[in-house]
Amino acid sequence: MTLEILWFILIAILWAGYLVLEGFDFGVGMLLGILGKKEKDRRLLINTIGPVWDGNEVWLLTAGGATFAAFPEWYATMFSGFYIPLFIILIALIVRVMGFEWRSKIEKESWKRKWDMCLIFGAWAPSILWGVAFANLVRGVHLDENHQYVGGFFALLSPFALLGGVVTTLLFLQHGAIFISLKTGGEMRVKARALAGKFSLASIVAAGTWAVWAQVAYSSAAWTWAAVVVAAVGLIATFLANAKGREGWAFIWSAVAIVAAVVLIFGSMFPNVMPDINGLYSLTVENASSTKYTLTIMTWVAVALVPVVLLYQSWTFWVFRKRLTVDHIPDAIGLPSLSVPKAELQD
Amino acid sequence: MEALDIARWQFAITTVYHFFYVPLTIGLSALVAIMQTMWVTKKDERWLKLTKFFGKLLLINFAIGVATGIVQEFQFGMNWSEYSRFVGDVFGAPLAMEALAAFFVESTFLGLWIFGWDRLNKKVHLACIWLVAISTTLSAYFILAANSWMQHPVGAIYNPETGRAEMTDIVAVLTNSTVLAAFPHTITAAWLTAGTFVAGIAAWWMVRENKRGRKEHADMYRSAFRLGLITMIIAGIGLAVSGDFQAKLMFQQQPMKMAAAEAMCESHPEGGTPFSIFSVGDFTNDCENVKHLIEIPGLTSYLAKGDFNAPLKGINELQEEYAAKYGEFDANGNKIDYSPNLTVTYWSFRLMIGWAAGSAALALAGLWLTRKKQSASAKWFATLGLVAIPMPFLASAFGWIFTEMGRQPWIVAPNPNGLPDIRMLTADGVTTAQGAGVVAGSLIIFTIIYTVLTTVWVRLIWRYMAHGAPETVTDESPEANPDREKDADAPLSFAY
Repeated sequence: MTLEILWFILIAILWAGYLVLEGFDFGVGMLLGILGKKEKDRRLLINTIGPVWDGNEVWLLTAGGATFAAFPEWYATMFSGFYIPLFIILIALIVRVMGFEWRSKIEKESWKRKWDMCLIFGAWAPSILWGVAFANLVRGVHLDENHQYVGGFFALLSPFALLGGVVTTLLFLQHGAIFISLKTGGEMRVKARALAGKFSLASIVAAGTWAVWAQVAYSSAAWTWAAVVVAAVGLIATFLANAKGREGWAFIWSAVAIVAAVVLIFGSMFPNVMPDINGLYSLTVENASSTKYTLTIMTWVAVALVPVVLLYQSWTFWVFRKRLTVDHIPDAIGLPSLSVPKAELQD
Repeated sequence: MEALDIARWQFAITTVYHFFYVPLTIGLSALVAIMQTMWVTKKDERWLKLTKFFGKLLLINFAIGVATGIVQEFQFGMNWSEYSRFVGDVFGAPLAMEALAAFFVESTFLGLWIFGWDRLNKKVHLACIWLVAISTTLSAYFILAANSWMQHPVGAIYNPETGRAEMTDIVAVLTNSTVLAAFPHTITAAWLTAGTFVAGIAAWWMVRENKRGRKEHADMYRSAFRLGLITMIIAGIGLAVSGDFQAKLMFQQQPMKMAAAEAMCESHPEGGTPFSIFSVGDFTNDCENVKHLIEIPGLTSYLAKGDFNAPLKGINELQEEYAAKYGEFDANGNKIDYSPNLTVTYWSFRLMIGWAAGSAALALAGLWLTRKKQSASAKWFATLGLVAIPMPFLASAFGWIFTEMGRQPWIVAPNPNGLPDIRMLTADGVTTAQGAGVVAGSLIIFTIIYTVLTTVWVRLIWRYMAHGAPETVTDESPEANPDREKDADAPLSFAY
């Protein structure tokens, strides 16, 4: 295996890590608007991911940084070409971060509602747009002879790409609902489990259609059928496990389905990293990559650090393994209002 | 405006905003770690109160630094894709290392610290905040190594076939003399920022509590005040030493930047180049209109070479040298101006030094006033504390404006002793795949969102500062509460 192929696989692994981990964060964020009818419920939902969402998001920064280091041409063409979707994702991620950290700081209904909107938008927009972006990578985009993206924004919104957006959204809704049922107790657990079943059925239909479409129309390899099969098995097993109340298994199968989808996406592109829809000017693992020297250095860095990251991130999940119920949520910690009361400023 | 100008504005705005918050994060996480260490080792409850108080302010600030940081990594590809193609082989490596070695540690252990008060053993919990402080510092190293390569490229060759820079020596990139100078300067700037922040807030509270006659509370804030002041003094000395070292290095590596910092048009072949405190001129790059009003003879020569009589080259001579070495005209046949914007470079350099020196001077005054267990209760002292807080923020903002604007017209400034082909004009680095309209739209929306967030940030910091440290605290650690584990329904000690 060449270093270029190794890095193609490593970047797929980073994206898989990102989508599995932030996938349930996004799911919880989207469900905030559906399951979070009362303030205590919303706080319960936010606190299921409170200690871990930031660490999960770093998988994205790492995937981005690794793409920059290992495939600069891919990074440059994709980030400049997918400008508008990435810009919307950035806005979503910014307001989402602030929502997590600032929402609890002021105990006022209007303040909290605004940050709730940010958390909800910050979960829906990237869930849809990552799917659209990846579907475009599978389908191919318009590149010119200098590997510049020349398709414009609306060319990114083909039916196949939009279905891709629906698929990631449903997968994350399912993943998030299962995560909530795994992490909470009481009424929330029951409600989340019921919703997970519905999302799981919808995922089977949407993801199944999309995966077969991707495989038949755009994949250059036969082996990626295996990924389609694993994804299908994963989704069906998720549904069955969830129906039986085996939340842990449902979560594992849901993660397997997401990983299989990443394998399908990257497998069907290979050896391209950014296929030209006309097949002329595709960026490939060969012509988009860094030099052997850079790839070798980065391989050592990744081999040394990724296992350590996995170790301490797993430990975090262990530390915060306890199921939460509304009874565990302490009294609000925020101050009553953003403006400083006169009395507090007097000596 | 062209896409190039808009992309440059966007970079300037997003970077200055980002680096507005980051120094406070870097410095304050270390100071909070020190406070918590004092609590754990001395078992003095007052340090726990201070940890909780400044910890909360740290978290309000941390989030906005993280949020604005994501934009930084993405915009190289979005707005500067041609630059990214050219440098990715070299520049991408420290960015990826930053994520793997620093961001993961920082984000994971911050989560553990915020939520782990009642979950983790006291020492393990303390280790979490130290890991956050160390990893934020480490992340600064990696990003500065990347930036230093743009200022002074090393450890790479130019491949004419691909037209890209290729890394040949990662150790050279990570131990670039430029980053070895920039790192201590940036970190001490962060300490000055956090030291001033802690000292300023603590001074304000110390005065109030003294007036209220709450001696014990005033003493608590006095401890924080002294911690802040000592940090400021150490940071101030570190800043001056590292800044001096950096300036000398920059005279060798980017002589044009330093000539512009002095608005020094003509060379001083006989030495004795003066340093001007105040100059006037019209806001163009026309050398003829610059008039230096107050000058200190020989100081610039001394700053550059450690010798009051060292000769220095001015902008005009350097322009000719650059034109001979790197070409007189760009791809479109326009004459290349190799000097940066004089007004911005000259004034940002002075404002950086001035604001930083201002807060360091206040620190000395503060130490004097609170010597030998004295406390302060004068109202002006409280006001002064608050007034000092923004100063280091402004100093870092101007410092970065100077560093980045002073590098122009280069995005990758050529290394005078390196390979001449490793260089890139900013105009050649910008994305060509997007029109000016798209970039302008994103610039406007970013600016609006950042302005709103900054307004909220100021109000939140002010709100929580005015609220003060908690009146009572409890030791939530598992050691102090052995029975809680059995109580499955006990509420969490912290939740959003």
